[in-house]
Amino acid sequence: MKKIFALFFAGLVSTAALAEDAPDALVQRVTEEVLEIIRHDKDIQNGSTNKVIDLVDKKVLPHFNFQHMTALALGKEWRKATPQQQQQLTAEFKTLLVRTYSNALTSYKNQKVVYKPLKMAPSDTDVLVRTEIHQPGNKPVQLDYSLEKQDSGWKVYDVVVAGISLVTNYRDQFGQEVRNGGIDGLIASIAAKNKSLEANQKK
Amino acid sequence: MTKSLGLSPMRMGRQWALGALLVLACAGNALAEENQRDPYEGFNRSMFAVNEAIDKYAAKPVAQVYDAAVPLPVKAGVGNFFGNVGDLWIGVNSALQGKFADAGVDVGRLLINSTLGIFGLFDVASELGLEKHEEDFGQTLAVWGVQDGGYLFWPFIGPRTVRDTAGFGVDSFVDPVWRVQPVPVRNSMVPLRFVDVRASLLPADKIVEEAALDKYAYIRDAYLQRRRNQIFDGRPPRLDD
Repeated sequence: MKKIFALFFAGLVSTAALAEDAPDALVQRVTEEVLEIIRHDKDIQNGSTNKVIDLVDKKVLPHFNFQHMTALALGKEWRKATPQQQQQLTAEFKTLLVRTYSNALTSYKNQKVVYKPLKMAPSDTDVLVRTEIHQPGNKPVQLDYSLEKQDSGWKVYDVVVAGISLVTNYRDQFGQEVRNGGIDGLIASIAAKNKSLEANQKK
Repeated sequence: MTKSLGLSPMRMGRQWALGALLVLACAGNALAEENQRDPYEGFNRSMFAVNEAIDKYAAKPVAQVYDAAVPLPVKAGVGNFFGNVGDLWIGVNSALQGKFADAGVDVGRLLINSTLGIFGLFDVASELGLEKHEEDFGQTLAVWGVQDGGYLFWPFIGPRTVRDTAGFGVDSFVDPVWRVQPVPVRNSMVPLRFVDVRASLLPADKIVEEAALDKYAYIRDAYLQRRRNQIFDGRPPRLDD
């Protein structure tokens, strides 16, 4: 009986997760939640890196697939890496991306986000959700998210600002590091970069 | 981030001629590990270093002072003014690319902003729903089928492909700001626009510094991706990975 109940409960949860959010609704919900918090948080507005990373960690990162992002950034070398290297690389790349781009959120000032209508077939498992950041006196900035459908819901695997993919923009830099020092060399240089960013922040 | 990476408008005819000679000189000693999109990497990296120094000791400090000292409405007015001046040429390029509806919007923007927007100081047209486009002659050449010819990095004007360097030459040649009379007015408008563009890029500086493993490569790849996006008006076809 307990087992049946557990099964039933698990089924309920997973259908809830599946029915949860369409990709565009997910992007909109998370964006608005995060902006609402920033609007009321003086520390973040004053540039508190730790606080904004905390926020991103809690609200945004559960909807990201960093393994896919890292594989995309590395390109064909990804398959040659051992599982352990893949894991280390993903962890370091995640730290770098989160730190650098979370900081951009601290400069948020009343810009308005416009959500573009999503063209999507029910069977699609890979979609592009388009948004635009509007600010007075400036041309709107395109901000797009690539999402893929997974068992745990839709996950973002690329963010594209004004046509620049924050992920594939690393392709050549990663390739260069791998040519010079292999996958381990690449992991070491990202780790070193993360260390120096952290040290600068403490000052 | 809204304004272009390195679209800093400056006409540097003589430097270009010199630069072109240097390119030819460097083209001979191609690197062993050659990047197809960056065949002149050696030359580019040295120009990048030159530009970094100019930026560090001149352009950036001036832009920072401007950004801190000038009140926001004035900065917005300056940006709008130069934006308005540019809308005519943007309209011409829209038309040259066969986008006549866009060209109509561009000319409409110019008319509205020059009148209701008081000589372009206010971007009334955007508030009326006439969205600003991003066009230039380099994009027109691309739409006409001209290949980009490889990546180049120039002092002052920053990243440009060979095609976009030519496009920029044409853009500068027809640029009304360079024809303003009297000359002293022109001579203050040209640097003002340069400083305005540089100041608008200040927020992006920190991100690039923090995010890049190799700043040169990061800027190059961002420029090439962004140009591709502009050429396809924000809807580039997907690249296979």
